Amino acid sequence: MQQPPNSSRRQFLGLAGGAAVLGAVPVVTVRPAEATPAMLASAIQSVTGGAAVRTGKVKLDIPPLVENGNTVPMTVSVNHPMAPEDHVRSIHIFNEKNPQANIANFHLGPHNGRAQVSTRIRLADSQKIVAIARLSDGSFWSASVDVVVTLAACTEDVI
Amino acid sequence: MASALVNVPAKARRGDIIEIKTLMSHVMETGYRHMASGELVPRDIITSFTCRFNGSEIFRADLFPAIAANPFITFFTTATASGKFEFEWIGDQGFSETASASITVE
Repeated sequence: MQQPPNSSRRQFLGLAGGAAVLGAVPVVTVRPAEATPAMLASAIQSVTGGAAVRTGKVKLDIPPLVENGNTVPMTVSVNHPMAPEDHVRSIHIFNEKNPQANIANFHLGPHNGRAQVSTRIRLADSQKIVAIARLSDGSFWSASVDVVVTLAACTEDVI
Repeated sequence: MASALVNVPAKARRGDIIEIKTLMSHVMETGYRHMASGELVPRDIITSFTCRFNGSEIFRADLFPAIAANPFITFFTTATASGKFEFEWIGDQGFSETASASITVE
């Protein structure tokens, strides 16, 4: 019977262990049922490209206590002139605990006159909402609001 | 089955900032819900909303499942000339709807 030398057995076990670890990685990265602060951070990162985000200028209007997470009125406005040479280019809304971190992206321009958008959103849990505005000079400004939700949306079962 | 509702002032003075309100009837199924049998309900949402004035884009929104059913969006624009606003909603499963509204600017 051919017995491989001990060293190659160790190499084999090392390789097998490495393969097992590699195989386990996709299991670890399967998307969780709710967005995590890490997903929020990576969603923000994909918009800003790592640029610094300052707090201010942006105003996020959401009721602090929401009874029904299925329709939550939300208004976001940016206190900034909308002149051709200096305006708000886009506003991005994110959440922390819905299954997906993005809520909406709004693309604006100087012809909008006022950087203000309203819509209705869904919230799956009590959580933090973040709005980020990108200005034409490339700077980013943000605001965040904590919302308490008593009836969750998005993930409840269809009967 | 025109299911869009659009509110644009019929008249405005030049330079006025006017508010435009839009509502589109749509279930906005998130794709995260299960049926009683355990199957996932496939995602069916509006992914994009665009508003053009006399052919040029003035507002665009990318929507995600976190937008409530029957997406309601309001935004502002400066009245510069008389013309026509065109609205377009595009979504999953071939969804596409349009609406339009005219404005007279004095």
